[in-house]
Amino acid sequence: MAKVNVYVTLKPELLDAQGKVVKAALENLGYNGVQDARVGKFIEIVIADSGNIEKDVDEMCRKLLVNPNTEDYRFEIEKG
Amino acid sequence: MKFGVVRFPGSSGDKDAYFAVRDVTGQSVEYIWHESTDLSGFDCIILPGGASYGDYLRAGGVAKNSPIIDAIRKFADGGGRVIGIGNGFQILCEAGLLPGDLLMNNTARFRCLPVKVRVDNNTSDFSGKCCKGQVLSLPIAHLTGRYYCDSDTLNVLEKDGRVLLRYCDESGNATEQANPNGSVGNIAGVVNERGNIAGMMPHPERAVEDILGSTDGVCILQSMVEARL
Repeated sequence: MAKVNVYVTLKPELLDAQGKVVKAALENLGYNGVQDARVGKFIEIVIADSGNIEKDVDEMCRKLLVNPNTEDYRFEIEKG
Repeated sequence: MKFGVVRFPGSSGDKDAYFAVRDVTGQSVEYIWHESTDLSGFDCIILPGGASYGDYLRAGGVAKNSPIIDAIRKFADGGGRVIGIGNGFQILCEAGLLPGDLLMNNTARFRCLPVKVRVDNNTSDFSGKCCKGQVLSLPIAHLTGRYYCDSDTLNVLEKDGRVLLRYCDESGNATEQANPNGSVGNIAGVVNERGNIAGMMPHPERAVEDILGSTDGVCILQSMVEARL
């Protein structure tokens, strides 16, 4: 078994409406030094160990987990 | 003319589309489950509004892999007419059947209100009954309606007249104030290169009787009925 952590973020040039709200909410709590906040997604996948995990996960990202037009992604594999 | 309304788990505008087609245009219409792969006998497919798969992951991001999508791709390749409304537009973009994508509204709020849109292309299969520059009053109801595409794509859409509808004020000016979600170029609806696939965030099927506050959606539906197949 291996655990894969996939991180998906909106491309940096795109306005992140949720991030804007989070930034304002942090400022409302008095954290005036907050320059920016962006919200992404974190997906944990547990997958049977094989030699193809990297290729398979990359394919999963492109087919479903990520919209490559608007999002960036990276993942790390923790082999159990 | 035979319409099909696709139902995904989480579709909620399916009945609106069904009744608008049946009762307002008088055409025949059937529901199609998203697992179906047979579109024989249909002339026009509607992907309705709602939140397919609860909008999990991304609006339309899960539905784009439903079996019906490949069938729709083949149907459109053969010249069939396809329109995505709201969530249907999101699905068509996710599936790559229309250019661009829909992002969360710049306000980060669900916007549910009647808006004005200007018909910028009245030669498509979806707008032939409208006048160029005509201002329609149509409702929107979405969180993820900010149309986005890269500048190259935008240039192509503008040059080829593929922007169908644009958010505007009462007089038809596409102002920033009239843009409810931050869409690039105030774009509310687009059409594909061939002209047989359209997507729009406003809901024409919810503006078809006086009691609904507007009947401006009828010209969109009627355009689809009367355009030559």
